[in-house]
Amino acid sequence: MVEEGRPLFVQIAESVEDSIVDGSLAEEAQAPSTNELAAFYRINPATAAKGIAMLTDKGVLYKRRGIGMFVSTGARDLLLTERRTAFADRYLDPLLAEARMLGLSPDDLIRLLAERAAATTPPEGASS
Amino acid sequence: MTSQTTDNAVIEVTNLTKRYRDTLAVDEVSFTIERDTIYGLLGRNGAGKTTIMSILTAQNFATSGQVRVFGEDPYENAHVLGRMCFVRESQKYPDDATPRHALRMASLFFPHWDQQLADRLIGDFQLPMKKTIKKLSRGQLSAVGVIIGLASRAEVTFFDEPYLGLDAVARQIFYDRLLQDYAEHPRTIILSSHLIDEVANLLERVIVIDRGRILMDESTDAVRDRAVNIVGDSAAVDAFVDGREVIHRESLGRVSSVTVLGALTAAERASLADAGLDVAPVSLQQLIVRTTQHAASDNDEGALR
Repeated sequence: MVEEGRPLFVQIAESVEDSIVDGSLAEEAQAPSTNELAAFYRINPATAAKGIAMLTDKGVLYKRRGIGMFVSTGARDLLLTERRTAFADRYLDPLLAEARMLGLSPDDLIRLLAERAAATTPPEGASS
Repeated sequence: MTSQTTDNAVIEVTNLTKRYRDTLAVDEVSFTIERDTIYGLLGRNGAGKTTIMSILTAQNFATSGQVRVFGEDPYENAHVLGRMCFVRESQKYPDDATPRHALRMASLFFPHWDQQLADRLIGDFQLPMKKTIKKLSRGQLSAVGVIIGLASRAEVTFFDEPYLGLDAVARQIFYDRLLQDYAEHPRTIILSSHLIDEVANLLERVIVIDRGRILMDESTDAVRDRAVNIVGDSAAVDAFVDGREVIHRESLGRVSSVTVLGALTAAERASLADAGLDVAPVSLQQLIVRTTQHAASDNDEGALR
């Protein structure tokens, strides 16, 4: 679950962000605590705290004194905007690089993409 | 919490040296251990880890240098020693002692002893309480130490290779219970281990010892950023790593994988991508093994000159 290479606390922050983006952690709901994250991912609580702090700085989470961390209103939109911006860097660039190596043109890619999308359309009612 | 020191240090070591006849086991080592932090004390066999832990817990004498624990000298200092627990790899017990006796003694010695936690751990490790310790398996013997180390809830706890003979499941129980109890009762833990990748995520800071000297004393996050593997066509890799500190190199055909020290800038990453080179992470274990080997080869060159 935890991979080498990227700072652990960033991965922890991203795991919380994933839950917000996919809707399983709703806005104004209580976020997992530092200790819960530490136990779940089997990491040092200080590392988990750093991930939580990153999300607080970003405005994704906020603290209710004496209760815990909660998801800010607007956090999901914030994250979606951020991820759409990062999408090309993260997914398209490696895709294009591999395609180039295999001799696939951008047009080939577009055709492949359309075929795949048609074959794997999610069933009715599934979220994006 | 009472403390003589004003800052966050629970242990301060200055120019600590330990010499056994001709062998220099610890060589002018200085470091600080902070409160409520989990440390990894890592290094090869014979690097000096156990010697340092023995001196910090007043079970061995320094040849020179200064050790302060909770701001005081630990020697014959009951006030300090009751706040520390040292779980040795090869702890000796009286011949006819059973785990029940050992845990009972520990419960009397450690002021924060938690019997409920001890009972739960006994169940977790399925430790036979009435067998004599002499007749326990290596893993069961390790379990006695682990239970004492956790249930003592000492302000500073040293675990010296605490897992010998424990199988993967039992080690996972140890790590889980350690994290869980640390989260509820923060304290200072110093874990010496060979199984670096297994414990890497538990550690907030790592101290790497090699032949009696400190090679690294950093936060685990910072250590992770210290080196990267550059992988790809040998000529392109060589061109990129030229002028950098290379700590490891291996090749397969025309492909090389080279470990270089130093974090990469965004521009460097971009130029690597343009050159068709991959950047692969270096695990904590790889980094420590390679840094240690690198330091060794530097030393040998020095000796040959």
